[in-house]
Formats: sequence, C-alpha cells, structure tokens
Amino acid sequence: MTSPASTDSVPPQLSAGPRPAPGPAADEGLARRLRALACTAPLHDLDARKANLAGEYSVYGMAEVALAAIDLVTLNMDFDTGADHEQIVARLAPRIAAQAPHRPAAEHERVARWVVENLINVGSVDRGFRAVYGTFAPDGTYVRRDYDFKLIEEVPGPGGTVYLRTTDEAVNVLVGALDTDVTSAQIAAEVKLEVLINRGRLADAQLAAEQARYRTVQYSETLRRALEATRRNVRAVDWLNAVPDMIAEALDHVADRYRHENAILTNIRKARDETEDPGNKRRAAELVDIVKDCIRRHTQLQSRLLEAGPLFRAEQDRQAFAPAAATSGTDLYGHLLAPALPLPLEGAVRVTDAFFANATGLRTPVSVRVGDLVDILLTPPVEREHLGAEMPEPDLIATPDDSRFSEEQLAVAMELLDLPADAPRRLSGLLTEARGQDPELPYLVALLAVHAASPAVGTAYRQGEQKLLFAVDDGTDLDDPEFGGADLIVGTALLDAAGMAADRTEAA
Amino acid sequence: MTEHVEWSDTEAPAPAASAAVTPADAADAARLVAFGLQPKLQPARDQEYTDLLRRYREEPAFARLADAVAAGLGLIVLEVSPRAGMAVTAAEDSVFAVRMGDYARRTAADSGDRFLHGLAHLAVAALAFPRPEDLADDSYIGRITVNGVDAFVRQACRRLEERAEERGENTDPATGTPGLEAAWRIWARRSATGATKDARRPAASTTGIVAKAAAFLTDSGFLQRTGDDHGGTYRTTARYQLQVRDLAGGAAMAELLELGVVPVTDGSASLLAAEDTEDLDLVADAGLPFHS
Repeated sequence: MTSPASTDSVPPQLSAGPRPAPGPAADEGLARRLRALACTAPLHDLDARKANLAGEYSVYGMAEVALAAIDLVTLNMDFDTGADHEQIVARLAPRIAAQAPHRPAAEHERVARWVVENLINVGSVDRGFRAVYGTFAPDGTYVRRDYDFKLIEEVPGPGGTVYLRTTDEAVNVLVGALDTDVTSAQIAAEVKLEVLINRGRLADAQLAAEQARYRTVQYSETLRRALEATRRNVRAVDWLNAVPDMIAEALDHVADRYRHENAILTNIRKARDETEDPGNKRRAAELVDIVKDCIRRHTQLQSRLLEAGPLFRAEQDRQAFAPAAATSGTDLYGHLLAPALPLPLEGAVRVTDAFFANATGLRTPVSVRVGDLVDILLTPPVEREHLGAEMPEPDLIATPDDSRFSEEQLAVAMELLDLPADAPRRLSGLLTEARGQDPELPYLVALLAVHAASPAVGTAYRQGEQKLLFAVDDGTDLDDPEFGGADLIVGTALLDAAGMAADRTEAA
Repeated sequence: MTEHVEWSDTEAPAPAASAAVTPADAADAARLVAFGLQPKLQPARDQEYTDLLRRYREEPAFARLADAVAAGLGLIVLEVSPRAGMAVTAAEDSVFAVRMGDYARRTAADSGDRFLHGLAHLAVAALAFPRPEDLADDSYIGRITVNGVDAFVRQACRRLEERAEERGENTDPATGTPGLEAAWRIWARRSATGATKDARRPAASTTGIVAKAAAFLTDSGFLQRTGDDHGGTYRTTARYQLQVRDLAGGAAMAELLELGVVPVTDGSASLLAAEDTEDLDLVADAGLPFHS
C-alpha cells in the first residue's frame, strides 16, 4: 500500500546504488531462516542467564514468561498506542506466581520486570539485539552480516509516557505462520472456529479464536502504518485507486467479520449455557470474552476507516490548492534528506556533518577571568534555611461534634453491611439485628441501605473498587415498628477491578 | 551563501569614507556586531539595537564598517533587517563555530552517533520547512514537535526498508564494516524512547537526540519553544530560515554532489507535511492522521 510512495520521491539513479545483488535463492532462504532463528535466541538466553541472577531463580521458566509477555503486549497494543509497561508486569504476575507459589510476590514482580526489560534489552544503546550470520555474496565470497532486531520496543505515548509495542519479528516468533496473507489467514481461522464450535471442541476453538485475534491486531497494525505514510504526503500514495480500494476492502472485511463473529458469539453463548461440563462452561465463557474483544477491535478499525476518506480529501485540498509561491528554496527533504538516507554511513555522515556545521549557528566562547574564578572558588556556599521561616502556631478552635452517629456506630453498621457476595439479606433482618446492638443503629443502617439503592457505580469504576453495596426493591413491604416502605434486598456486588482498569486504559 | 564582506568591498571605497569614520563609529559598528552575537535578543525590544540597525540601513559607510568588523571576527553576515536583526553566523574556522565534538561527546568515537545528531538537525529543518516555498517565503513560520520529527524520519526509513525488501536486497551490513551500513538503518535501529528511572527520555534514544537538537537550536535563537506537548513543540525564527536557506542547505548539497549523488526532482515539494500546529499535534504521538 505504501510502495508507490517510495518510487516517486527518490531520484532514479539511486536504484543503481552500490548494493550487492541478491545471492542464490537457496542461500537467501537460509539467511531468512537464520534470522528467524536468531529472533528466538533472546528467549533461550533468558533461561541460560537466570542462573546468574542474585537469588534462586531456576524454578521460573523464563522463556515461558517471555512468550507470555510478548503475547500480552501484542494483545494490549491498540490502534494508536501500545501496551502499558506496569500493566504488562501486573498481568504477568499470576503466571509467574503459579510457577513458584511459595515465593514472595515482590520476587514475582522482580522476575516479570527482569523478563520485560530483557526483551526490550534495556542495557544496550539501541535497546535491541544483534545476531551475526553468514551468507555467500554473488561473487562466491563468504560474508558475515549483522542482523539487528527488536522484540519489544518502547514508543512515545501521549503526555510523555512510554508504551510498549511488539515488533513484527516478535509477532513472527510468537505465532510462526503469521507471515502470510492476513485476509485469507483470517478467513481460514474463522471457518475453523465455527466448525470447532459446532463439534463442541471448545479447547481447539479457543486456540483458533486467539489466533484470529492476533490476525486482527496485525491487520490494524498494517493499516496504521499505511495511514501514517499517507498523512505525510497525499501524492505519495495512490489516492486514485489503491487507497480507496484498500479502504473499501477493509470496510467489507470489517462488516463481514462483524457479522461472522456475532454469529459465533451467539453459538458460543448457547454452548456456554447448555453445556454441563464446568471446564467447557469456563472455556466457553473465555471464548465469549475473546470474541467480544475481536468485535471491539473491528469496530475501532471501522471508525478509523470511515474517518480516512474525509481526511484524505481535506489534505488533498490543503496541499494541492495552496497558492504556489515563487520557488527558489531548497527542497530539504527531496534534495537532502531522502538522498542521504540510503547512502552508506560513511558518505551520509559527510552530508549531515556539513549541514550540522552550517545550521547550528554560533556560540560565543565562554572565558573566565582569573579574578572572578578566585572569588567564585573562595566564596563559601550560601547556607540555605532548610526549614524556611518559622510558622506561627495556628490557633484552633474545637468545633462541637454535631454528627448524629459516632465513628464507632458507623464502623458497626459497615460491619453489619459487609455481606458475603453470594448471600444478600433483607433490610428487615438487618434492622432487627442492628436494634439488638444499639437503638440508634437501625437509623444508620436504613440510611446506608437507602443510599445503596442508587449505588455510585461510576465512582467505584473510576476508583477501581473491589466491591459495591447495592439494594433492590422487589416489591415486599417493610414490616418494622420504626420504618416503613419497601423491604429492600441488600447485597454486595463483586467488581472486576483488573478488567475495569484495563477498560479505563483502553478508553483513555 | 554569499559572503557579504570581502576585503575588496571595504577597501575600494575606504579612502573616500575614511575621513568620515571616527573611533565612535567603529565602536558603534562593533556594538551592532555584538548585538548580532546575542541571537536571542529581539531587535524590537532594545532601542539601541533598533537605532543601530536603522543606521546600518541608512548609512552605507557605517554598513561597510559593521560588515568589516564582522568579517574580521570570522563572522558571516546573513541579513541585516528589523525582523532578523544583525543576523550573523560563524564562518567555518571561526572561534564562534560549533564543533560536533563539543556538541555531543559520544560523536567523537562513534560515527553512528555523529550521523544521528547531524541527521536530527537536518530532519528538524526538513520538517520545519517542508516545501521549497516555505524556505523561500520570508513570512513563513515553521512548527515542529520532537516526536513528530522522530516519526517523520522513521517513516522515511521504513519506506527505504520496504523498498529494499521488495527488491529482495539484504541490507544487513557485513560484520566489521560499520561504515558501509546504509545510513537509514542506524536511525531505524535506535530505539525511539525508553523508560528511565527519573522519567526523562534517554539521551541516546532518537527522541532524546532530536530534543537535544531542538534545545540547542533554541539556544542559538533559531527556534522558540511553544509548549511541552509531544516531546516539546517549537516554532522557527527568521534567523533559522536564513541560516538554513543561505548556508546549511547549500553546504550539505555540495557535499552530496561531491559524493556523486545528484538529486533530481521536478522542483515541487516532495514532502508535503502539514504546516499548521494542529496537524502536527495529531501526528506526534501516534503517527495517525486523525484521532477520535
């Protein structure tokens, strides 16, 4: 999709550059496989190096953790941003904890951080990996080459944050066969999924659904790159045929997948509700989540696609119909930057050096007078007042405590309302129990229960609460000497704190 | 790129003018050059500077004297105008020139780093003046963001990578010959940013390198920082436009021609990047042209 961009922006004579012609096909295939093999090396390396860590870390399967990390980053990569470092570490923790349940949680987190940092390769300047492999040059000489690659890379996010993205290499390591035509591979996966569900083989179906989701992610990644390229230069992209075709194709694809996945969703829901086996039930429930996530990603892709058309037209108007000024300036990109980039380093550095020397302006040399220097060196450092000026003692007036209920009463009431999630209670029962402890307490319990009839769901969601008190009216009248109204059912709802946190980050 | 001042210029009319030139005039001329050495100083903000600039434009003899002072100090006069002030820059071997080794220490040992720092400056200029017209138009003000510059270079690198892949070329360099590696690979390989202990971006990352360039150019009076979004937003000054148009572009081009590369385009812009900040805001983080 972006290939037309490359041909017209670069002078033709560069194509005859001093690059070696590709070697024999067999050798090329071998080189490709060597590079693929190299991508797995950092994972093996983790297991080899865990012995060097201070502490007893051999119980942990580092390669397994690393693959899980790549998995997590890939799945949490969104259209615009990447995955959050802390979130990845947090989500890795359960798996690591399962490997060594008796170790402290701090150690689990340390392992997670170690693995993620090693996948980024934090210690190196490039934050990447290098492997050396050999090929035969066209003239038959043997050449050793450097292959540089990254598995997880850090990209700048909004507000100066840093996000993680998996590279193509990592995705290919993760699911070997991904380097194929995305569309057809996706269709195959969908069909397979449907067949598997019909036959009731949910374990296989889950695998297929997960693969389908990887493809979806990869598809939006491809699209994201294509759009990025078109934004820079409308003319760099074939706006007459290729782009509209691509958008139409992608929209068709989304519509198709959306229909398909909704059908699958209905099917699995049925499987989930009908099946007796608890294992299958759980797997079906997980599958529902995966397919829902697929649908969410498709919807996101679709909204981007719909905005693409108007944007292209606006850019086209702005770029094409801008008044043409008398041109005498240098085209810095076309004449300098673009030709310099494909040059070998030793040539390109001459160009950038020349630009640097002439584009940085001037610096007035700094010189120090000996007299000043002596003064500066001999002046004792100024003692700073660490604590600042003394604060006057504030004159506080005790305000009378006019609360109706005391802190102790609140604590007792909260304890009373701390109901197990699976056992909601009637308000009448709670009131009777409260009355037994303190004649004032029923009023507080009744107040809290009425308040819970409209629980602050939004606040609980934002604050990531674990549970939430709620009350519902099922029509039963309250029979109580002091209170009237409905006999509410009061219960505790457990909230999926991790899920909500994930939702919040995605929504942001 | 013309050296406005040559000895022949000043010597020929000198006998006629010499009678009029007093030590006070020489002091004023030197004072004007001294103002020019403070690139962040706005002529409009300083009455004396404004007066001297007017005198330069109205009295040819004074102008020649100021030019001579500048030339003697190893300075090149780019323009003298109310908007740019006394725009002078360092000649190649002047004491005022900026050396790459002083700019970034690592560059002395590592030609890859040397290239990255140079390329960052080139990319800042290319994105600040995306079209030839923008460089030629005196009233044009370019706007850049640090993340935007990095994303823009990465995009160019990616295109080269895709093209190499299409041709089935193996761009992996032979081991032990780093000088033969294609230049774009150096940028593509370097990470864009990274997590650090104190939440600053790593100096060796590409956004760190671009940010250094932008901060340095701000100190040179070439850019003005306008915000902190997207790694830092900047707009160009008249001096930067002059510097790039009259000096840097030509010098780099000469070097490129010497390497045997003759870029041919049809004279229109080959890069049509967005000029207004709004669009740059969009590109900076995600590289996506639109946001919901």
